[in-house]
Amino acid sequence: MDAHEEVASSYGTHHGGSNKLYMVVWFSLVGLTLAEVYLAYLHFPAITMLLMLIGLSVLKAGLIMAYFMHLRFERFGLVLTLIPATIFCIGMMTVIFPDSFRLMHIRLH
Amino acid sequence: MSESHSHVAEGPWGGGGSPYAIGSKKLGMWLFIVSDVMTFTALLMAYSYSRVSNPDWPTQVFPIFPAVIFSTTMTIVLLASSLTMVMAVAAAHRQDRGAAVKWLLATMLGGLIFCGLHLAEWMHLIEEGVRPFSNPWGSPLFGASFFGITGLHMTHVLCGVIYLGIIAFGYGSKRFKDEDVEVSGLYWHFVDLVWMFVFPMIYLMSVKYN
Repeated sequence: MDAHEEVASSYGTHHGGSNKLYMVVWFSLVGLTLAEVYLAYLHFPAITMLLMLIGLSVLKAGLIMAYFMHLRFERFGLVLTLIPATIFCIGMMTVIFPDSFRLMHIRLH
Repeated sequence: MSESHSHVAEGPWGGGGSPYAIGSKKLGMWLFIVSDVMTFTALLMAYSYSRVSNPDWPTQVFPIFPAVIFSTTMTIVLLASSLTMVMAVAAAHRQDRGAAVKWLLATMLGGLIFCGLHLAEWMHLIEEGVRPFSNPWGSPLFGASFFGITGLHMTHVLCGVIYLGIIAFGYGSKRFKDEDVEVSGLYWHFVDLVWMFVFPMIYLMSVKYN
């Protein structure tokens, strides 16, 4: 089987999700969303709130990428190509965030 | 296709190999999605930085009605449209063109409902005096970042609705393949995925408690 045939035959063979799985994922996403809305009204400190909400959002994003975008059923090489580099770039951007606290302190005093 | 051309095309330098066992359209869409994730990450990071570093940033902005109810409904509508998109892709893989087109139209409807609710939510804020460069509550950057980020996302949704319309028409008239439906599905789920971060960071971090 040459490369073109391999790609062509991959469609319709290993798209492993069933309707039941998609519904379970969907209800999980809705449940997590409602949990986020509930948490937003619990008067946590801002950083704690942000970490909780981002954590839940990452979980939701993971479910969407794995099951709705079918990444769970693709070759692991594709996951390794896309995800670590993306996380690294997001991390590089996050590194500048603590500087905002320095600026806040300067502006307050 | 000549024998020598076929030999070159199937070789590793002729574009014939696919190390991920996916077509080039799908790989291209994934790479575009990664780049667009960077765009939204940069915007949300700039928003977070501005919010923390400005002591006069308005931190209690969105009342439970209409803002939080509307935005939560928008989130569930977008999630529902992701589900219908998954059904469209599944139908396309079964070669059921009629069902795939119907699910695509349902997805488009979800996108349009999302945009309608979002515009209504924008109007609530505009009526309260929020503008891209000013607002009655604090730092003028709030309006700029709110309209900028949510506006860019809404633009993505609208472009997605148009894209899905083209795919629905083309797939229904047998011009496109099931792979094309799947690739459009990737874009749509990405749009949903971005909202999963925009909604908590912009709305839920700024709920009004009273």
